[in-house]
Amino acid sequence: MTIDPVRGASRPRSFLGRLLAGDQVARAITATFAGGILLLTGLLVFELFQSSALTRDKFGWAFLFTRIWDPVAGQFGALPFLYGTLATSALALAMAVPLGLGAAIFLAELAPPRISDALTFVIELLAAVPSVIYGLLGVFVLVPIMRALGAPYGVGVLTAAVVLAVMILPFIVSISREALLSVPREQREAALALGATRWESTWQVVVPFARLGIVGSVFLALARALGETMAVTMVIGNDPRIHASILAPGYSIAAVIANEFTEATSDLHLSGLIELGLVLFFLTVLLNGVARLLILSTTRRGTQHP
Amino acid sequence: MIWRKLVNWIMFALTGLCALATVSVLFFILGYLLWYGSRSLSWSFLTHLPTPAGEAGGGMANAILGTGKLLLLTTLMGVPAGFLAGVYLSEFGRGSFPAVVRYTADLLNGVPSIVIGIFAYAIVVKPMRHFSALAGAVALSIMVIPITMRTTEQFLRAVPQTLREGALALGASQWKTVASVVIPAGFRGVLTGTILGVARVAGETAPLLFTSFSNQYWSSGWNQPTASLPVMIFNYAISPYDDWHRQAWAAGLVLLALMLTANVAARLVLSPKVNQNA
Amino acid sequence: MPDKLRVSHLNFHYGDNHVLHDVSLAIPPRQVTALIGPSGCGKSTFLRTLNRMHETVRNAHAVGELLLDGEDMLAMDVVSLRRRVGMVFQKSNPFPKSIFDNVAYGLRVNGWRRHHSLAESVERSLRRAALWDEVKDQLHDSAYALSGGQQQRLCIARALAVDPEVLLLDEPCSALDPIATAKIEELMFTLKDTCTLLIVTHNMQQAARVAEHTGFFLLGKLIEFDRTEVIFKRPARRETEDYITGRFG
Repeated sequence: MTIDPVRGASRPRSFLGRLLAGDQVARAITATFAGGILLLTGLLVFELFQSSALTRDKFGWAFLFTRIWDPVAGQFGALPFLYGTLATSALALAMAVPLGLGAAIFLAELAPPRISDALTFVIELLAAVPSVIYGLLGVFVLVPIMRALGAPYGVGVLTAAVVLAVMILPFIVSISREALLSVPREQREAALALGATRWESTWQVVVPFARLGIVGSVFLALARALGETMAVTMVIGNDPRIHASILAPGYSIAAVIANEFTEATSDLHLSGLIELGLVLFFLTVLLNGVARLLILSTTRRGTQHP
Repeated sequence: MIWRKLVNWIMFALTGLCALATVSVLFFILGYLLWYGSRSLSWSFLTHLPTPAGEAGGGMANAILGTGKLLLLTTLMGVPAGFLAGVYLSEFGRGSFPAVVRYTADLLNGVPSIVIGIFAYAIVVKPMRHFSALAGAVALSIMVIPITMRTTEQFLRAVPQTLREGALALGASQWKTVASVVIPAGFRGVLTGTILGVARVAGETAPLLFTSFSNQYWSSGWNQPTASLPVMIFNYAISPYDDWHRQAWAAGLVLLALMLTANVAARLVLSPKVNQNA
Repeated sequence: MPDKLRVSHLNFHYGDNHVLHDVSLAIPPRQVTALIGPSGCGKSTFLRTLNRMHETVRNAHAVGELLLDGEDMLAMDVVSLRRRVGMVFQKSNPFPKSIFDNVAYGLRVNGWRRHHSLAESVERSLRRAALWDEVKDQLHDSAYALSGGQQQRLCIARALAVDPEVLLLDEPCSALDPIATAKIEELMFTLKDTCTLLIVTHNMQQAARVAEHTGFFLLGKLIEFDRTEVIFKRPARRETEDYITGRFG
């Protein structure tokens, strides 16, 4: 006793048509959304260019090298913000990399797997803390501490760097740990078999083997630091000038956009801010691209050696 | 020899300290927020509208609701778009188009949120000539799309090929296989990743600064400037008023509690059976 | 008795790799036919062309004549082909659904009409797969709660639910213990009353136990095809004899 009267000869053409159409439709719909992402990104770049046309036409490349940011006088230059952004990020890296790499080494080499997983879980939660909350703690906890330690204003480039360092720490730890864990056992074992201590095998063999992934994590952390807005805005001091001392206040690209965008006094002002956004966009895209290449190459490596 | 052993112990002890320091940061953050935040958390905080500085009894009810509205709209707009794109990449992709899409999504993911805010301003706020919840949600959606896409692709790909073959061998068409076998099989992972993604954008402040802006009162519909928790925290924290500072702590506590709950819940509850790794 | 399946001059390529060379054979209806041979000899590949599963892989090309009851299998609608020619895989692959939903899946997906009770069909299929008594009280539990052998019988029930004329089994017992294996072999005796069975197996003793006809594959070629007792006792080709007696493979 059959249950389906369709058993037997091949189905008629119309059903075949309907069936194929179902697959085609599904592919078309999903492909449209996938393509939409390309459109969105293209539109973003286009808008950034379009809306910064005024200052790009007026100042050209000199925009990047001018120190003056004076909305009232109509003079716009990106240098103070480039300095602020890069200085805070570089300082943040200088603090976060040794700390983060140390933690990663501990988690990958020394800690038993379950403790390592548990601690990594906690550290990755740090990445989930919103920027504005880091800013909150920065303003009410860190700034008084900095003032007590000798910074005249409390806010400034160094303060911002400290907050940034804490914010990028989880990325460095997490990705470096992955890179270290992906180093094949044979490498460690070879070193130990030759009589090296655990630290020596770790530092002289494992870490160098994972160096591309570690460097990748640094680039990624740098890219995030450059784009960090809220926490930096709240503790950097908002001074669009370049000072020699890192204890002095400064300004970052993201911070000035956040502060001045809604109060831009002229179209030129707005254009200048958007051009700053364009600069930031390119910087982060470049760094992220490099980071991805580096991290990808370590996870692929495994058994080979460059 | 002894020297080398000493170095061994010292260096590993140092790395242990690094790990400890990193972990303790989280506990510091939690500690401060709990201490200062809980002192200022009150029923009036949760249910009242903001009052002018200095007046007691003000709250952030509108900001809490505003964040909820923004997240709802973001989920409605961004999550399906990212999900379908991810389905395409995992199940239907052919040729080099998927690779280009993936690369572009990663690019979009890495764009600083303030730049996304500028973009949303240009395409929504400028034409509309005013701030709105819609604009804020557009900004957040743009951020949520690449995350959702990535996580959908990752977890659908992880569904074993043999399940697809089982369905195809029974005469199911490709799209039916995807809809009735692959997606249900990968659902848990996709849901976890999506929750984490939405949670991440829930805490974003920068893209809201000039899209949904802020509001002293309730905002109705999607067309008005809307208060949100992160923006309120920012505005109150940099203000000169003590009362507002206290409220900023309370708001910070609420926001952090939401974020951490979402993260821990998503990772622990949903993913024991799922291998999570970007 | 006309052949159920007739294959003539089948050549199969994965890209530039020529995997099956000029394979021709005729499968008799309502019997069990076994395909044996060492690893990598192409027998699974051959099996998968019979329900066109190879089409899910890029760069896979099958050229030749494949007839099911005289109809061209490569030309017909692939969905109706797969309803008539079912498959059980090497490692059981139940869907992450309930036992009931697994068996009902093929019916639902093929636009099965509602005036027959779905539950009846599910029960019938589970009985044919000798699994009904073991699961009748837990039909709505997850399929993953079953043991390996039970899961494989569930997959057989699932394949049987759409009433296929031919059932292809790709090393169905290789992941199972001897008791589970025996149950499935027993099953095959009752199934062949209504269904033509084609089984790929690594286990020569299994072929000897269940199949009326056996084909021996080596390096992508069908070396010999005959009644099972001929293959195992008086093989015509030297390669067949070498494999049977264990000189290689």
